[in-house]
Amino acid sequence: MANRETIQFTLNGRPVSLDVDGERKLLWVLRIDLGLTGTKYSCGDGLCGACTVMVDEDPVRACRLPVRNVGDREVVTIEGLGTAEALHPLQEEFAERGALQCGFCTPGMIMNAYGLLSNNQRPSRGEIIEGMNGNLCRCGAHKRIVEAIEAASQRMGGLS
Amino acid sequence: MTERDDGRNGARGGFGNETGDGSESGTKVSRRDFLKRVGGGIVVFVAVGDPSLLSSALAEQQRGYPTDFNAYLRIGEDGRVTVFSGKIEMGQGVMTSLAQMAAEELGVSVESLDMIMGDTDSCPWDAGTWGSLSTRVFGPALRAAAAEAREVLVDLACERLGAPRDAIRVRDGILSVSGDESRTVSFGELAGGRRIERTLGREAVLKSVREFSVMGRPLGRLDAVGKVTGAARYAGDIRLPGMLRARLLRPPAHGATLQTVDTSQADRVPGAVVVNQEGLVAVLHEDPEEAARALGLIQATFDVPEPRVDNESIFDHLLRTAPEGSVQDERGTVEEGERGSSVLFERTYYDGYVAHAPVETHTALARFENGKATLWISTQTPFGDQRSVARALGVEPENVRVITPYVGGGFGGKASSGQAVEAARLARITGRPVQVMWTRAEEFFYDTFRPAAVVKVRSGIDGQGRIRLWDYRVYLAGARGSDQFYDVPNSLVVAHGPRWTAGPGTHPFSTGPWRAPAANTNTFARESQIDIMAAEAGMDPLEFRLRHTTDPRMRGVLESVAEHFGWQPASLPSGRGLGVACGLDAGTYVAHIAQVSVDSRSGEVKVERVACAQDMGIVVNPDGARMQMEGCITMGLGYALAEDVRFKGGEILDRNFDTYSVPRFSWVPEIETVLVQNDELPPQGGGEPAIVCMGAVIANAIFDATGARLFHLPMTPDRVLEAISARRS
Repeated sequence: MANRETIQFTLNGRPVSLDVDGERKLLWVLRIDLGLTGTKYSCGDGLCGACTVMVDEDPVRACRLPVRNVGDREVVTIEGLGTAEALHPLQEEFAERGALQCGFCTPGMIMNAYGLLSNNQRPSRGEIIEGMNGNLCRCGAHKRIVEAIEAASQRMGGLS
Repeated sequence: MTERDDGRNGARGGFGNETGDGSESGTKVSRRDFLKRVGGGIVVFVAVGDPSLLSSALAEQQRGYPTDFNAYLRIGEDGRVTVFSGKIEMGQGVMTSLAQMAAEELGVSVESLDMIMGDTDSCPWDAGTWGSLSTRVFGPALRAAAAEAREVLVDLACERLGAPRDAIRVRDGILSVSGDESRTVSFGELAGGRRIERTLGREAVLKSVREFSVMGRPLGRLDAVGKVTGAARYAGDIRLPGMLRARLLRPPAHGATLQTVDTSQADRVPGAVVVNQEGLVAVLHEDPEEAARALGLIQATFDVPEPRVDNESIFDHLLRTAPEGSVQDERGTVEEGERGSSVLFERTYYDGYVAHAPVETHTALARFENGKATLWISTQTPFGDQRSVARALGVEPENVRVITPYVGGGFGGKASSGQAVEAARLARITGRPVQVMWTRAEEFFYDTFRPAAVVKVRSGIDGQGRIRLWDYRVYLAGARGSDQFYDVPNSLVVAHGPRWTAGPGTHPFSTGPWRAPAANTNTFARESQIDIMAAEAGMDPLEFRLRHTTDPRMRGVLESVAEHFGWQPASLPSGRGLGVACGLDAGTYVAHIAQVSVDSRSGEVKVERVACAQDMGIVVNPDGARMQMEGCITMGLGYALAEDVRFKGGEILDRNFDTYSVPRFSWVPEIETVLVQNDELPPQGGGEPAIVCMGAVIANAIFDATGARLFHLPMTPDRVLEAISARRS
């Protein structure tokens, strides 16, 4: 950790300033330095989506992203989307429709879906499948995940 | 620290109350210690030592549970009910279904339950979470304990309310006198200020299906809110002050031996702790990326044995090295079957190695202080890990406590926990808490794969299209699912290797149980062979199956799925791309119909629609049961169409999801599930049965679409093209 630098960004709506090696991956900085363990390690190479977070307008794989790259940007993790008392519509639909089993891919699924809906409020089923295809679920909750995203999109579209 | 789920609507999930001082641990917690720990209230033990106290079916299922005692639940002074289970929650939903069972028999709402699972200090011993056994075997014991607790409460309420037993009503944790609603007392009031121990002393009377108000109804997952908010804790999410994260030196291939190692450069990395003891070479650091970088600085040489087998040669090798066969089932004689057959079919089926590939890699956090270890492990076998960690550390099992947080997928792969032993050893060596979180490459390398296997079948039909002969030999898959349940007068089933592990010299690496172990391979072979005979007989494949089974449960699932799907009889191949298959596993019957389209130029198979009917006896949670069926169908697409671990000798060539394909959103068909009502039978298995038909039902649908028969799983585009061109020539 030779090359420490100060990196400032917004995390779940709050300013963060870190003195870290900027080459470190955002995933580990979130999990270790910031204690946000909802973002998961799984493949370590951007192949499964379990570590997906929002950086500005886009869903990003945190396991490959140097923390330096989020300087002055806005990061949202699963912890910033909603709370148990006030769930985001995506979280609520995932929970109510049983769109999860072991739950380990779930934060990445929800954040990727959030990114998808941020860029396309009313995706077709085909667009949802295409947009989620890089996120892996081993338990086989796919059918319900697609249904949950459709339902959330309708609710969110209705609100806007 | 207490690991709790912030279940907004439901029971709370928990993984033990970590005391922080590590002073309380033990594999054989005495009854007194247990009571001291949990405090006052009503505790129900199930002493399994005297099976006559249990119903005979329950006693039969309980073999293997220890004879001392098991505390299954406690009713606290606050009225909350704590359920203790050695089972673990890995996505299969047993936290929810077990809560439903306890709530039903006790007469409380699910919201007033706390689930403590997989903590060796407070939960009853358990062999492991596998085989779709939680509902079938632990469930009856839990229901009996809850029913007993309810009896205790009714007794106490009689005294308190001055009413006869049959006047007492129980609802939502309140006992009241029938006809006089003002006379009530709560569970908490009855449990308060006293300590009552009760051991199951008579045959528990369980509620009947007609009396159910919680079981048999859909209930949302109790773990859902924690999992969608990121609050749910997995082994890798547990943090302890001063903890180090380890990266370990790994051989390039199974069978390789370490020759030389030079750690001098790694030693110079600031903050790195280098370990090199008894073959354990690791770098530990607070930051796992630094640990990995330092590991890369270690110079090591290995002696790697010359590779002798690969994906092509493995099957001949397995047939050469397979153990002697053992007869699983024998009816009539093979000779008689041959004489009675007018057409004989001799076919060989092949299955490759398949990885578990859970999204969470094997992970453990270990702390070792004052001769006692505490571990948080992603495991299906907390009690087995307690023993293996104790052995590795040279301490008694009671000095090892295993806590099982949520497990991020298991599928049989987390029945083995090498990472826990590694973490425990490193914690003792370094004197600091150590986390071992396998990388994805390590997960592929150390996985206990589903074994590659060969099945040889000789079968025959007579002039009327009746099966006369079934001569079946399975090599190295295991025997589960090999039973010939069709009505066949002459049948011989032989398993070479009754289980999924085999002795040295067979598989070049570890193998183990994989969701419905052996049953996937056996069902693929059996149901493909049945289809081949149906085609030769010129009969509709559904009709052919119904003609050969009188078992009402098998007929029930076949007829249900056919009706749901809208099956129209036709002889094979019809060109429609429809396949049918059926099977049974874990006491549950399943039948599938699949529709596929095959691109005859690329060999790509798209599964368009799968319907599945399932008879699992009493259904505890219909929504949870359907979730498992959908999961089985989706996961089964992988071993049917794509998953095949590539290797050269002991070197595993697939190391991540770029070359090892698991099912994705774009693969998933329309899925329809039918639960066949069967309230006469206690609940049967749910996590595995619906996966067993996936190889066969797709193979049969491909045949129906193209006339080409696939004998080798997975049915990759290359193999499909090969089969199509073989048919044309």
